Amino acid sequence: MARIVSLAEAVAENVKDGDTVAMEGFTHLIPYAAGHEVIRQGSKDLFLVRMTPDILYDQLIGVGAARGMKFSWGGNPGVGSLHRFRDAVENQWPRPLEIEEHSHAAMANAYEAGAANLPFAMLRGYIGADLPKVNPNIRQVTCPFTGEVLAAVPAIRPDVTIIHAQRADRKGNVLLEGIVGVQKEAVLAARRSIVTVEEIVDELDPPSPNSVVLPTWAVTAVVHVPGGAFPSYAHGYYPRSNAFYIAWDEIARDRETFTAWIKENVLDAKPEDFARHAAKSAKVA
Amino acid sequence: MTEFTPTEMMTIAASRELSNDDVCFVGIGAPSAACNIARLTHAPDITLIYESGTVGTKPDVLPLSIGDGELCDTALFTVSVPEMFRYWLQGGRITTGFLGGAQIDRFANLNTTVVGPYDHPKVRLPGGGGAPEIASNCGRIFITMALSKRGFVEKLPFITSMGHGEGGNHRERLGMKTKGPTRVITDLCILEPDPETKELTVVSIHHGVTRAQIVENCGWAIKFADTVIETPVPTETELSVLRDINARTKKAHQGTDKGKEAA
Repeated sequence: MARIVSLAEAVAENVKDGDTVAMEGFTHLIPYAAGHEVIRQGSKDLFLVRMTPDILYDQLIGVGAARGMKFSWGGNPGVGSLHRFRDAVENQWPRPLEIEEHSHAAMANAYEAGAANLPFAMLRGYIGADLPKVNPNIRQVTCPFTGEVLAAVPAIRPDVTIIHAQRADRKGNVLLEGIVGVQKEAVLAARRSIVTVEEIVDELDPPSPNSVVLPTWAVTAVVHVPGGAFPSYAHGYYPRSNAFYIAWDEIARDRETFTAWIKENVLDAKPEDFARHAAKSAKVA
Repeated sequence: MTEFTPTEMMTIAASRELSNDDVCFVGIGAPSAACNIARLTHAPDITLIYESGTVGTKPDVLPLSIGDGELCDTALFTVSVPEMFRYWLQGGRITTGFLGGAQIDRFANLNTTVVGPYDHPKVRLPGGGGAPEIASNCGRIFITMALSKRGFVEKLPFITSMGHGEGGNHRERLGMKTKGPTRVITDLCILEPDPETKELTVVSIHHGVTRAQIVENCGWAIKFADTVIETPVPTETELSVLRDINARTKKAHQGTDKGKEAA
């Protein structure tokens, strides 16, 4: 059963130095507040996993919390490069970053394999591409029925997955809607999980019988952090701050402006600071 | 004739490649603009799919990212990302993939991974994302990129997604049944793979562009087809639809948020 706890407790209990950590969210519902708590608690040597590492992982890499990263697309969506990620790969600042690079299809399949308790995922992928030449974790299997050679990648099994969702009930059942990305698979693939939510309610009231629900017994910790996905968004609550994604390009380009931003907005801040970004649209209310 | 920019010509020329029957896997940037212009002009029933899981989306403004809420709000339905790549893309349900890249070679292979050696890159680019499998699993691929020496290179440092490989029947030899890149739409001209060698060849030149300009801006000795036509100039309707959506998009993505206001 999920425990409903504070963000500080959830991170202290579930994120250990050296852990493999997935903070998922496919543009939508990215767990920024939780990621900032990980930075504040000074977690070290994390191996980060995410299909689309964007600003949040740029921040974790820039403060030196990560020893490595498994990913399939690392950029500032629609804006350009992640400058802290590039600085780490191109100049080893603030420390070298080991990278394990895949395609989206492979990562999505690898999470699904993790959730399904399988050792690896297979896909008809990487044909004619160079990634298998530089990533020893992209291998091949032969279909025992047809003889077709397919790509194989290891299942993703994070020590802890962290996601953000719209709401949870008081028992800790969690509801997600909108673009649901790979979050369900990432939680089910992990040993432990933290879900931050916009609201804790008496009843989930799913608007459609097809909403994604993670039952309380499949989640470790639930935390009430309104606005916790900002500057990404929570469908039905508040929109993505595209302006912040654009502004980040300048903040992150320079090591000093980045460090100053982290001090002011992460180290000297608290989870409650996200609440001013929270809002519920009329549609949901 | 109304004045237009080379980028406007490129986007409109790319939009004309699409029809109502297309089920199109859309990338952000120029491809997204082209696909939505097609939807708002001659192909209102085109199906647009973004890799975040939105199927049949009809955004009113162009998304800044592949997962903007606008895409989900206006979609016929939205699926998880594993479902998107497994059932819809790998399942062979998508007719057309629209890609761009940092670099392309004469056989339409694309690089969006690194410039320089992989382990010690001069420039680390975002990576392939969906492209490796989009390139092999969609029925055919359109590519849209501005023509420049930096982008159109003799040899790629890294093949992120395969186009026609080493040319000829390379795709068939690897067991691929899809067509691969069939058109490359640039700001100066349109290229098609030669039917035999699969080398990209200029088949259409945009109004006011010279052959010398094309040769000058390409990093390899670019070839021209025996018959080269002039790309029809943008119509008033195409231009006004493009400019309207660009204006709406610009307005939508400008906010009052400043960096320091973010928690």
